[in-house]
Amino acid sequence: MSSSGLPHADLTPAAPGARPTGSPSGSTAPAAPWTPAATHGGPAAAPVLTTDGRAAAYSTSQPSSAQSSSAQPAFEGGPLAEEGLVQLLTPTGERVAHPEYDAYVAALTDDDLRAMYRDMVLVRRFDTEATALQRQGELALFAQALGQEAAQVGSGHALRPQDHVFPSYREHGVAHVRGVDLTDVLRLFRGVDHGGWDPVAHGFHLYTLVIGSHTLHATGYAMGVVRDGLVGTGDPEKDTAVVTYFGDGATSQGDVSEALVFAAVNQAPVVLFCQNNQWAISEPTTRQATVPIAARAPGFGIPAVRVDGNDVLASYAVTAQALERARSGGGPTFVEAFTYRMGAHTTSDDPSRYRSSEQEEYWRRRDPIERLRAYLESRDALPSQFLASLAAEGDALGEHIRTTIRAMGHPSAASMFEHVYATPHAGVEAERAWFESYESSFLDRPGHSEGSHR
Amino acid sequence: MSTATHDSPAGLHLPAAPHAAVRPASTGPTTTTSGPTDATTTATTHAPAASSAATTGAPARSSDIPPFPTGVQKLTFAKAITLGLRRALADDDKVLLMGEDIGRLGGVFRVTDGLQAEFGDDRVVDTPLAESGIVGTAIGLALRGYRPVLEIQFDGFIFPAYDQITTQLAKMHYRSRGRLNLPVVIRVPYGGGIGAVEHHSESPEVLFAHTAGLRVVTPSSPAEAYALIQQAVTSPDPVLFFEPKGRYWEKGEVDLDAPATAPHGDAATGMDTARVVRAGTDVTLVAYGPTVTTALKAAEAAAAEGTSIEVVDLRTLSPLDTATVAASVQRTGRCVVVHEAPVMYGTGAEVAARITEECFFHLEAPVLRVGGFHVPYPVAKIEHDYLPGLDRVLDAVDRALAF
Ligand SMILES: Cc1ncc(C[n+]2csc(CCOP(=O)(O)OP(=O)(O)O)c2C)c(N)n1
Ligand SMILES: [Mg+2]
Repeated sequence: MSSSGLPHADLTPAAPGARPTGSPSGSTAPAAPWTPAATHGGPAAAPVLTTDGRAAAYSTSQPSSAQSSSAQPAFEGGPLAEEGLVQLLTPTGERVAHPEYDAYVAALTDDDLRAMYRDMVLVRRFDTEATALQRQGELALFAQALGQEAAQVGSGHALRPQDHVFPSYREHGVAHVRGVDLTDVLRLFRGVDHGGWDPVAHGFHLYTLVIGSHTLHATGYAMGVVRDGLVGTGDPEKDTAVVTYFGDGATSQGDVSEALVFAAVNQAPVVLFCQNNQWAISEPTTRQATVPIAARAPGFGIPAVRVDGNDVLASYAVTAQALERARSGGGPTFVEAFTYRMGAHTTSDDPSRYRSSEQEEYWRRRDPIERLRAYLESRDALPSQFLASLAAEGDALGEHIRTTIRAMGHPSAASMFEHVYATPHAGVEAERAWFESYESSFLDRPGHSEGSHR
Repeated sequence: MSTATHDSPAGLHLPAAPHAAVRPASTGPTTTTSGPTDATTTATTHAPAASSAATTGAPARSSDIPPFPTGVQKLTFAKAITLGLRRALADDDKVLLMGEDIGRLGGVFRVTDGLQAEFGDDRVVDTPLAESGIVGTAIGLALRGYRPVLEIQFDGFIFPAYDQITTQLAKMHYRSRGRLNLPVVIRVPYGGGIGAVEHHSESPEVLFAHTAGLRVVTPSSPAEAYALIQQAVTSPDPVLFFEPKGRYWEKGEVDLDAPATAPHGDAATGMDTARVVRAGTDVTLVAYGPTVTTALKAAEAAAAEGTSIEVVDLRTLSPLDTATVAASVQRTGRCVVVHEAPVMYGTGAEVAARITEECFFHLEAPVLRVGGFHVPYPVAKIEHDYLPGLDRVLDAVDRALAF
């Protein structure tokens, strides 16, 4: 890749074989090679590639009938298979060894783990408070991260300050890790702001509600990072990566496929982090794919890894590896974090219309926070003093959220005319002037009541 | 991003689908199984299946399907569309419904509630999350003789499909010199006032009205919705069918026995025509979709002050029934156009130009427009300052009368 900062730098993509391999830590295997053989059997035959280049153990049996009009998974297991997930903590919180990823968590201290635990607990508290505020009419809508805390907090902890995140709309865990005041996240859901925070200050872009659009922005941002010469310098303070978060449903969007194309041919330092929470509103992932979501990436020439998204350690480890590859000039990685949307899609949704309480119960028993708690307890690393202060911190956060939201009020009507353009626009200014004189006309026109708008 | 908005009664005030426990036959193996397991997955490492209701492939027993209601009934706007679609599905087995969350869930506004249970998951299809794919594959299905009726979940999410709609759907009949028809209907809940987050309250109808080859229809009442959706489905042309989502829960009388009428060629019933919905003598208020109710309320309020307003419901933006509007303005001499979409380059501009051309010597005042501003749809807390409400409409009426 060109590391020239010049805007007209030669952007001839690196040939697949020319991709820089290895990583500063030396612990990663080269990126999975693109396997031409995978194309012969059609998409269904493309193996999911683990980062060590081995095909994961998915059966590649073809559909029994070519005439079948069904979208039955051609793979045994299909997109909801739990085989082949990177896991470092079992659901009961036992640490299991992993030859490739142990190295990425080896340096984590109990303090680091408690920091992750703390973040997960606080984000869940935020979810609870925000949901309650929505029920009280203080928020127009809310989308919980419930159940996805490990995927978000684990991956978020692998970031460096100079990295940049492009979230969708459910990444409150990552927002929190990036230092965004969670009450600012609620500005959007209260309907007082379309954004709510300074994306540059936090290295955390605004939420994007149009499914998948932002994956291209992340890729383009990462292409800019390369032009700026900020990959592969070997300086950990400088080398920069980009992460974009999106859902299983989003992977069906054309924009996401285009992001994969651009990321691959530009060898962009971007991690495409898909949280497969098994649902896109009412549609199970089986409506989006017949093979694991991660299997999409190798066909684009992008290595992919499936991780247990309810395992905060594994989520941290695979993201750390992918970020390292990106920062060192090794190009993009696709991460599929397999998790579960424990709550409704949003506060407007009623999941009982489309999924069973048995399924919800199954996943409640695999709660990501409980998993880390069990592990920490087994290490005797959750002293009661820590838990007590965390509980107090949670209460303080709840209080902060409630008082801040209730005090938020709403913007002035005329603020709608602000920031439409970066410089004055005659059309907007004329309408603003009309609006302001119209509004002031109510002062001397008692006949028409303000507010009777419909 | 949302399902139905928080403050609309979507799904909450509606009865649960009465036959949710029964699944229709499908042509192939069940594909919409909603759990982490389905028929072919290995169960060992998998979570339990979704509700048992989801996994039976048995056809719906006719006794589980409520009979089609008859007579004149008071229905919500949403329910009127449901019944119009139900009739269209029953009348023609080439009619297919496709969209995100329209099958099992019945749509985020529940407009397709119960239809998958009655007609099967091969006729009421939960598609992948890809609007361009939905429209693009519908074009292919239409080329193969089907009549796809698509749902775009919210106005702001039609844009991934914009390319397919404007470059392909709109032009194929023309390019084939009339050899190919694309009878595709795209239903779009549109408009604001429901307290939603961004992209959920927009009014993009003129982008489509501006594109030759597309018909653009927007009903203003349950009765209109029931008739117009059936006409849209039978039209040989692509139809953008804009549903005013802020009116979904308003009720009106619908004659469910009214025979389905031809979409084109009949000035009294066809979807190409505008309609005078309230007669008046002083000012013509031109509205469509969600603003027809606003206009009628304005007429009511103005009547109390001695002003007689005639309200014209355009019903269809393409073609624009200029004759009906012109005839009205020739009677009243004044015209105000009201819509939620931004005024700049909007329907009001088109109506004003046509009326100026056709009724110049009848006009007592310039044609005035009331609508959205040239700003992105604002945050929910101030959307009612953006939307053309009763006050702004009456203000424009006053200004028209003051000339
Ligand atoms: C382009 C577009 N189409 C449709 C929607 C409506 N919508 C909002 S969220 C959603 C499902 C998203 O599912 P997924 O990508 O899996 O993310 P999750 O909500 O599970 O986090 C849909 C269809 C949208 N926001 N944008
Ligand atoms: Mg999802």
